[in-house]
Amino acid sequence: MESRNGNLVELRNVHKVYFRDRIEVPVLQGIDLTIREGEFVALMGPSGSGKSTLLNLIAGIDSPTDGEVRVAGESLGTLKPGKLAAWRARHIGFIFQLYNLIPVLTAYQNVELPLLLTKLSAKERKKRVLKVLGLVGLEARAKHFPRQLSGGEEQRVAIARAIVADPTLLVADEPTGDLDAKNAAEILTLLQRLHAELEKTILMVTHDPHAAERAEKTLHLDKGVLQP
Amino acid sequence: MKYFRLIWANLLRAKRRTFLTVFSIAIALFLFCTLRTVITSFEASLRASEATRLVVRHGASLVFPLPLAYRERLVQVPGVNGVSYGNWFGGFYQDPKNQFAQFAMDVPTMFDLFPELVMPADQVQAFRSERTAAIIGKALAKKYGWKLGDQVPIIGTIFPGEWRFVVRGIYEGKTKDVDENTLFFHWDYLNESLPEGRKNQVGIYWIRVASPDLAADVSRRVDAMFENSPQPTKTETEKAFQAGFISMIGNIQLLLTIIGSAIVFAIMLVTVNTMMMAARERTTEIAVLKTLGYSDGLILRLVAGEALLVSLLGGLLGCGLAALVFHESDFTASGFFPNFRVLPETIVAGLLLAVLMGILSGIVPAVTAARLEVASALRKVA
Repeated sequence: MESRNGNLVELRNVHKVYFRDRIEVPVLQGIDLTIREGEFVALMGPSGSGKSTLLNLIAGIDSPTDGEVRVAGESLGTLKPGKLAAWRARHIGFIFQLYNLIPVLTAYQNVELPLLLTKLSAKERKKRVLKVLGLVGLEARAKHFPRQLSGGEEQRVAIARAIVADPTLLVADEPTGDLDAKNAAEILTLLQRLHAELEKTILMVTHDPHAAERAEKTLHLDKGVLQP
Repeated sequence: MKYFRLIWANLLRAKRRTFLTVFSIAIALFLFCTLRTVITSFEASLRASEATRLVVRHGASLVFPLPLAYRERLVQVPGVNGVSYGNWFGGFYQDPKNQFAQFAMDVPTMFDLFPELVMPADQVQAFRSERTAAIIGKALAKKYGWKLGDQVPIIGTIFPGEWRFVVRGIYEGKTKDVDENTLFFHWDYLNESLPEGRKNQVGIYWIRVASPDLAADVSRRVDAMFENSPQPTKTETEKAFQAGFISMIGNIQLLLTIIGSAIVFAIMLVTVNTMMMAARERTTEIAVLKTLGYSDGLILRLVAGEALLVSLLGGLLGCGLAALVFHESDFTASGFFPNFRVLPETIVAGLLLAVLMGILSGIVPAVTAARLEVASALRKVA
């Protein structure tokens, strides 16, 4: 692992400012944060508090206005776009609230997408895809398209896609936000299993206190500031 | 290659739109191949022209005949070592739609002047010895299923009436540029059937000079010889004659090039619009792929690949259809375009044009997709 002192995520004095119609909108204000390897962290906060922005910075799909974001031993601000994309492919598994599966691809093909970026052979890719589909209980649904799956099943396919390349860090942005209570519970159980059995480091943004209870640690963000 | 499935799946996302785009490109490329073939068939007829063969016609216009008596004087021009003559017949077979070129020729001299018409000696002999005999090109025989010995009735338009010919020979061109869609018959047979006032008149004289260097000098001499006669002549090389014949309908090459370019350009704009729509609809998906680690360059190639694939499919369909249609139909446009067939180089040019259309139509949506900012694209959805 490339991290220092067992810290997988380190944010130092991170600021993020957006401009809306030339008006400066500060979203994150001086965030200092550390997540250790193997932790399952929930990030809570009201709408507009900057949770998703913080998640995007850690996932390397957005950049801070100021401060340093270091994940898996890499200072993300120093990476050029091409290197950053390769870094994401290697280290980040992203789970979206709305699943964001590609509708024209089957569950199998959706899960295979991250592996296309690797040098694995078609046979090796197949083996890994079927393995993770089995892990999320959807091996029998491999040939189904997203429209043929329930919301819970879609999210499980999305989780399979997020873990298939064995990333260093799983980030989940409201993974249960679009699901009913039963499916939400199943997804949270699955995330807990990934953390417990595969020792995945997970950062989960959520509104739901019940969801946050499944994590080991909960952070609160309000108006762009992490609460003590 | 492992990304092909992703590109293909995206194309099948909106099947009707993809089909219509492919179809419109196919039509553009079909028209391109057709127009290009018009040009190449003109060029083929120019290539088939002999450099040592001159055409002598009426100085005012091709529609006015020359006296048969000119033949004796032409033979005596220094540098001339062969003379033949003939008339454009202008008839059709059974139906006015079945038009092809027919020439009444001076049979004793025609094979000497036209060595590119290749035929077995016995068929040449049979043709020479029978007044109502005719010879036809191999392509014409194939088109109408005519065989040796068949009676072929031709309805005359310039020379009215039904004229019956017996097929005594089927010729092949010495090269692929030689027209094989013409019927030749005896000038004497035509001449003796005409009323007294129309007899002994010749449409065109062909004269052969000993070497191409003599062409200009012989042309001058011939035209000078008849300069002050009631029927002055215009003499030029066969190539110049063909080119002039083509130029009678204007600068056809330029016209066809402009039309072809306009069609291709218009369809390309439609394709650009379609590809931009297709990419814009998938903003979230492109953002998701980038989140998974797909680089800007890879996204650019995937989106551009879609445009290229659509264009190539359209190109293959359009060019293939043109090759098939004009091969199977033996299209000659009433004999105006002998050898009207789509050449392999036309197909290659059509496919290259399809590739160019694909690149140009894909470049804007591909660059837009590659530059997409992931966080803001995802924020718009959430």
